[in-house]
Parts: sequence; C-alpha cells; structure tokens
Amino acid sequence: MSETQERPKTLSRPIPSPAVSVETKPFWDAAREGRFLIKRCTACGKAHWYPRTYCPFCASGETVWEESPGEGVVYTYSIMRRSPGAAPYAIGYVTLNEGPSVLTNFVDVTPETLKIGMKVKVKFQPTEGGGPPAPVFAPV
Amino acid sequence: MSIKGKAYIMGAFEHPLRDAPDTSTPQLHMECALGALADAGLEKDDIDGYFCAGDAPGFGGMSMIDYMGLKNVRHMDSTETGGSSYIVHVGHAAQAIAEGKCQAALITLAGRPRHGGGRPGARMAPSAAPGLTDGPPEAGFENIYGGSTHNTYGMCAMRHMHQYGTTSEQLAWIKVAASHHAQWNEHAFLRDVVTVEEVVSSRMIADPLHLMDCCVVTDGGGAVIVTSPEVAKSLKRPKVKIMGAGEAPKSPLGGQDLDLTYSGAVWSGPRAFDEAGVKPADIKYASIYDSFTITVLMQIEDLGFCEKGQGGKFVADGNLISGVGKLPFNTDGGGLCNNHPTNRGGITKVIEAVRQLRGEAHPKVQVKNCDLAIAHGTGGSLGTRHGSATVIMEREA
Repeated sequence: MSETQERPKTLSRPIPSPAVSVETKPFWDAAREGRFLIKRCTACGKAHWYPRTYCPFCASGETVWEESPGEGVVYTYSIMRRSPGAAPYAIGYVTLNEGPSVLTNFVDVTPETLKIGMKVKVKFQPTEGGGPPAPVFAPV
Repeated sequence: MSIKGKAYIMGAFEHPLRDAPDTSTPQLHMECALGALADAGLEKDDIDGYFCAGDAPGFGGMSMIDYMGLKNVRHMDSTETGGSSYIVHVGHAAQAIAEGKCQAALITLAGRPRHGGGRPGARMAPSAAPGLTDGPPEAGFENIYGGSTHNTYGMCAMRHMHQYGTTSEQLAWIKVAASHHAQWNEHAFLRDVVTVEEVVSSRMIADPLHLMDCCVVTDGGGAVIVTSPEVAKSLKRPKVKIMGAGEAPKSPLGGQDLDLTYSGAVWSGPRAFDEAGVKPADIKYASIYDSFTITVLMQIEDLGFCEKGQGGKFVADGNLISGVGKLPFNTDGGGLCNNHPTNRGGITKVIEAVRQLRGEAHPKVQVKNCDLAIAHGTGGSLGTRHGSATVIMEREA
C-alpha cells in the first residue's frame, strides 16, 4: 500500500447493445443524436416510461415523443459489488422531473457519494457491439 | 359444481393485419385487447383477470400486464398448451369468474412469425428487419443495466431504509431466526446458527444486502397434492383445508408514482384473509418467501402483521423464532438457510406450512396448537415486476 491517497473509483460498467423494436426505434435513433426522448399521452397529458405506443394510464393511442432534458433525482440504487469483470456498478431508478421513474446505471459517481435524492442528468454511454448508446445518469 | 351458465363472452376481436412489419408484438396484443374491450363496451381498467400463453412476450403475463397498464388485475393464468391455450383460457376464466376471483377477464394472443417475432418460447427472437428485435417490451430499457435479483432487491432495501429508517441489523434478525430453525433440519443446506454481527459483517453483495441477507442456491424440488373434500376424507393423512387464496401482479405500470417499499402482498394478502374470514393476528405460523431478508420484511408489513415501515422493529429480537417470538416463520430454515430449489421458493413455503398444520414439523420448532397458517410468496423481482400469491390453510380436526 502506498501512502498516497488513491483516487476514489467511479462506478461504471460496459453496457450491452439494447434490444430495439419497431415500436422503440425512434427512441434509439434519437439516442444516436444525443437526444433523450420520453413518451407523453396527449389525451390524458401524462408522461410514461418505458415508451409505449399506447398510454399505460388511459389506453389512448395518442402518444407523442417528447424531448426531455433528462433531469431528475435518484429514487433508489444498489451497488453491485461482485460481478465478473464489471464490479462495482450502480443500478437504480431516477425520477424524472416529468414524473416517470427510469431504471438506469449511475456513472461519474463513487459508492461513497451516490445518495437517494441526489440531482442527476442523463448522458449517453456507447454500448458494446455497435448498438445505439444507452441513457445513463450522472450527478449534475 | 359446474361453470355452466356462470360466465359470458361479451367481447371478441380479430386483428385485421396479416402482415405486420411496423407493429411490435406487444403492440399487437394491446390492439387486440383494445378491440375486444371496445366490442364489449368496457374500459381497460375494468379488466381484473388476464390470460395469455407463450406468445406473450416476457415473464408469464407480467410483462404484458405492465405494458398494457392493467392496474386492477387480481387473477392471472399463463397456461400453455400450444394453439389450444386460448380455449383452455376461456374455461379457466369461467372457473375464476364462477369462484369470484375476477369479474372481467382478458385473453390475448398475438405474434409476428412473418417478421421473426413472437414465437412462443423465444424471448428475443430476431426480427426480419435488420437490427430490430421483438422481445419483451421492457427489454431494451431494463435488461442492459445489469439488473439481478440481488441488486433489484437491494434497491428496495435501500429505499425502505431511506424512507423508514430500517437498519441492516434489523434485516439480519430475519436470517438469524431462519438459522435458529435450520439447525434442527437435517437436510438444511446451512445448519449453523448465526448472529446479527455475523450477518452484517458478511461481505457486501449488492448494497445494502450482505451475503447472509441472500438465500441459498440449491438443487432439488417439491410437490403438493390438492384434493376434493371427498378424496381427502378417504385418505389417512391429517387434513389441511385451504381457506383462502389471493394473487396480484405489481409492476412500474408506466413509472409514475413508483414505490418500491411495498409488494403485491398489499393486494394478495387481504384477498386471501377476506376469503378465509380470518385476520393476520389469527395466524399461528407463517411461511414467508425469503429470497432475501428484505423480501420477508416487506411482505410481513404488506400482509398486515405490523404497520407499514415498522417491519424492522417487528422482526428484531427474535420475534420470528419459533417458541420465542410472536410470529414463528419458515421453521424449516426457509430459503435463507434450508432450500431454494431451482431459485423458486414457493413450493417449500407451502410444504413447511403443511408440516406445521399436521404437527409434523421438527419438535424443536413445532408451533403449539398450530391450526391456522399462511404461505406467501412473490416471484420475479420486487424491484421491477413481480407476482404475489397468498394461501391460508387450516388444520381440520
């Protein structure tokens, strides 16, 4: 052990290529452009996550893609300590300012500093195998 | 007893597409559901029973219930018999309705074999369109983040601690109680009695869950036979009468108002208690699914054994140990110490409840005058989507 203080290791993990369907292709196409989209229902006005064609609240088909700044707070998290080749990493939910909560990985943060209620913002991380980049969240 | 005249088909819809390059399989299920609802003159939220087979993407019916936003489902059935499944489902739906388990059941089928999607059994079938897949609707937005049972239950524990002040030491008492029971079970995978200190100092797996907060991984299995009263009467074994049952899915349902501090037991529990005509305070023995310590704590609260948020205090100080505490639980050692065959603990929960009601549990853990027991479990993940199930059983003299 050297006496110089080790820099705290930030949490990270490689992300596999996401499954893209005909229904979710617009989301991933926007992700390639660095834009974070959510779905909002124009019938009931509510935003939802993950994106669907039909509103999970009122069943209307009048849903539209909406660009979101991807800002919110950490609802909860867990740090995976033992994962072959990728430990440690943080998984958790962000509650977006628009309302819905999003499952994600937290990056650019250490196990010691990640906290429930922390303000975070989306960023895109390249995925393995040339897939579209995946939304992850980092402290503001 | 018969279903004759007890149920009606009031909505039916055949999707007009025969080639669906631009519509996902989940979307086809939803469009079929909407078509049948419109035909019947019902709304989505009128549906309280959901039936599907292997063509439905995801885990049983749970991914489609979440995708479609079926928030009032209290009866689920994913019986798979190939192409005849949906005719089986009509019969099962009629039985469920005749018993009062649901009032309006939805049965859906959809798929896209022309585009490589929706093949029963293929969770992520390749689509004909390059780069596109047609699996469970949540897959692209969840599966990439390294979720496992450990860390998704860890998320629940973290939030419960944040919201209610629950501590690792309180969670540890659940493992301690299980270990006190397992020491008497000659088949238990782990038979050593452990202390709170040992649990909280075991290595961290997925914060805030330690190694000893996690259940064992075991091979093996179990089986149960349920009979009619007539068959039961003709047999020589003590009679364990089924008094009530309840079930419920829970999922993010669009992600608004996400709350990971409670489970589907808040719905399945009261349904079972109401049917049985008993209260949590009447229960002498409880089999509670223990994939992790937090699983037990949340379910004890949700079933009404204590107030929401008070589970930590309730499980502490040996309150779950047979002969010591108020709620003897998992007297075989449970999933935490005894057995969790093929990563599914539901059947062992029923089996130990039967042993207790028969008076055939190990003498060191047998609950005195054990005449009423509960077996309860959740499957899937408390952190994403899960199915909750509760059964109440009584010893018949």
